[in-house]
Amino acid sequence: MNKMSDQDKKGISRRDILKGLATAPVLGAFWWSASAKGDHDTEIKKGILNELDIKAMNPPTTGSMKGDVIKLGIIGAGGRGIHLMRTAGYATPQWLDDMKENARKNPNDTRLKSFLEQEDLNVRFTAVCDVFDVHMERAYGAAETDDNKPIRYVDYQDLLADPNVDAVIIATPDHTHAPIALDAVRAGKHVYVEKCMTHKIGETLELEEAVNNSSVVFQVGHQHRQTLSFLTAQDAINKNVLGHVSLVQTNTNRNDDAGAWQYNLHPEANEKTIDWKRFLGPAPDLPFSREQFSRWRKWWVFGTGLSGDLLTHDFDRINCVLKMGLPSSVMASGGIYSHRDGREVPDVLQVSMEFPEFSTGSSREKGLEKGMTFLYSATLGNGFNRGTLLMGHDATMELGESLSIYADYNSTRYKDLLEKGVIDTSTPMYGYNPQSEGVDGVTSATAKYFAEKGLLYTYRDGKRVDSAFLHIREWLSCIRHGGTPSCSIKEGMEEAISSHMATLSYKTGKQVLWDDKARKVVIPGMEGADLDAIITDSKLLPEAPIV
Amino acid sequence: MEQKLGKNQQFFIVTLRVLIGWHLLYEGVAKLYNPSWTAKGYLLSAEGPFGAIFTYMAKSDFLLQLIDVVNVWGLMLAGLALILGLFDKYAAILGALLTFSYYLAHPPLVGTESVPGEGNVIFVNKNLIEAVALGLLSVFPSGHIIGLNRFIVWRRKKMVLDN
Repeated sequence: MNKMSDQDKKGISRRDILKGLATAPVLGAFWWSASAKGDHDTEIKKGILNELDIKAMNPPTTGSMKGDVIKLGIIGAGGRGIHLMRTAGYATPQWLDDMKENARKNPNDTRLKSFLEQEDLNVRFTAVCDVFDVHMERAYGAAETDDNKPIRYVDYQDLLADPNVDAVIIATPDHTHAPIALDAVRAGKHVYVEKCMTHKIGETLELEEAVNNSSVVFQVGHQHRQTLSFLTAQDAINKNVLGHVSLVQTNTNRNDDAGAWQYNLHPEANEKTIDWKRFLGPAPDLPFSREQFSRWRKWWVFGTGLSGDLLTHDFDRINCVLKMGLPSSVMASGGIYSHRDGREVPDVLQVSMEFPEFSTGSSREKGLEKGMTFLYSATLGNGFNRGTLLMGHDATMELGESLSIYADYNSTRYKDLLEKGVIDTSTPMYGYNPQSEGVDGVTSATAKYFAEKGLLYTYRDGKRVDSAFLHIREWLSCIRHGGTPSCSIKEGMEEAISSHMATLSYKTGKQVLWDDKARKVVIPGMEGADLDAIITDSKLLPEAPIV
Repeated sequence: MEQKLGKNQQFFIVTLRVLIGWHLLYEGVAKLYNPSWTAKGYLLSAEGPFGAIFTYMAKSDFLLQLIDVVNVWGLMLAGLALILGLFDKYAAILGALLTFSYYLAHPPLVGTESVPGEGNVIFVNKNLIEAVALGLLSVFPSGHIIGLNRFIVWRRKKMVLDN
């Protein structure tokens, strides 16, 4: 024990108090610094957010799925058709086994868990239709339950005649989208049809008229319309955050065989398992080809090329945000530069669409700003990710699954904020990322490509949701409660016509115009030409033999 | 018993204690006032030999909530105690554990990705230095010289005397 001093015995000294409390005033300094910094940061943040006033948007809530079961028919049960069936709640036993195995190997793989937790849409598939036996059986396996034995149809007409079908999902090759959708509308069945909505111009206008004169609920499969960042982007545009947008730049970059539609050939695909005549449908009477069956996207008679297959995604994404409608003219060029494997459709394509009358708004003197170009640039021979950019006088928006807005150095609207140093041009003045954690379970390069573009998944309350699920749910909700889906015939018509205009320009080397009064596509100097014949014409002969 | 320290040693030890205390307290306060703060991102992106443990913690909702609370309040308590010189030995140990765990989650090894804003580092970074400095403060406590611990020491002595 220490010897106590006299001081200790007496009690606490002034020296003790001074030394004991010597560091306490630091807390006062700390308090002042922390509050000053907090106030400063809050003010800046509030200043920017008040100025921009963008609301992170939630989509309009769609109605309840309770009530009568909606009886669905699937027409076309290839890769996409099977995916849509699963999205509606019906997975193949094979997929369930695979996912169980995947989840066992990798606990981060939550695809099975997400599927099982998905809301019940109160539908059943009472009919399945495919021209390929293997796909038909696969779809049957997914649709079959103890109390539902779906009927198999090889001919879609027979499925449409089935009174036990309320609505159809069409996921066939592009060349049969419109004929099937038209017949379905005429048969009074609600339609969910994959993009590109049509293959040619004439049938697009015909389908538009038929849908407008019917009471069917019609949805085109551009599921990204459900993506949260796109809805938030709409609000930013409505609030004129970007100022006058003069240029929109969209891109496709892919560098893998599957991304270039060079799919594996199905080992069981042959003349016995495939009803080739029904596969051809409205196409010319070609001899059986296993390759054309599996890789139909490579030929103009079946597919719509880069314009119908991938440009449509980007066009509709931007049309969803800007609602710019149809371009008044389109120019396109490109070629087959990376996949000289016998294909007819280009694998490099640049498309420039003009909207001279369109404006997102302006922050400058009246009449100075009007008109916009939509630029699409694609290569299937390089995978570098180029962002989607909406370029305005005041700001640039980078749009994908997340959303970033950068002020422009010469902006009129943000001049003060820029001068004060509250914002700068190199860091986003607004960032929105609905994804709170790492993307899980996205595997292939193609899937990543879509995920980065916000085309695959969206986030609700921080939880990843397949946007196709929400898109189908919206369609079902309109069937149950009325209303028009977000990608109905108007949007589908704009997506299809603009993409066919791009194809026509690529094939003719000419500028292709949309005559809004006459509601028709015009190529100056080629009046009277059969434009649909040009679209499907296979002038570019395959250099490699078709397998 | 408490060490005897020379005047200069006292000055630098106490200054180091107060500065680190300030840093920890502000780290805690800033997190407390940021409603969207969570350790999740830092843990999920953990690397190095212990990366998997931190990632595991981030995936359990319960553990993550606990970690968030312990971080915010641990940092604030340790910071406050270090500034005031109250139980500074234990505050230094708590601070050392926290900062060392930050180091372990993202150690600047040859192959790991550097954390933004960290500067140029290899093996040794500021988290490690702070953890070691806190270790030093825990074996050279100074609250009984300059700090509230002085009153506790005085009380203890008085109680012994009274008995």
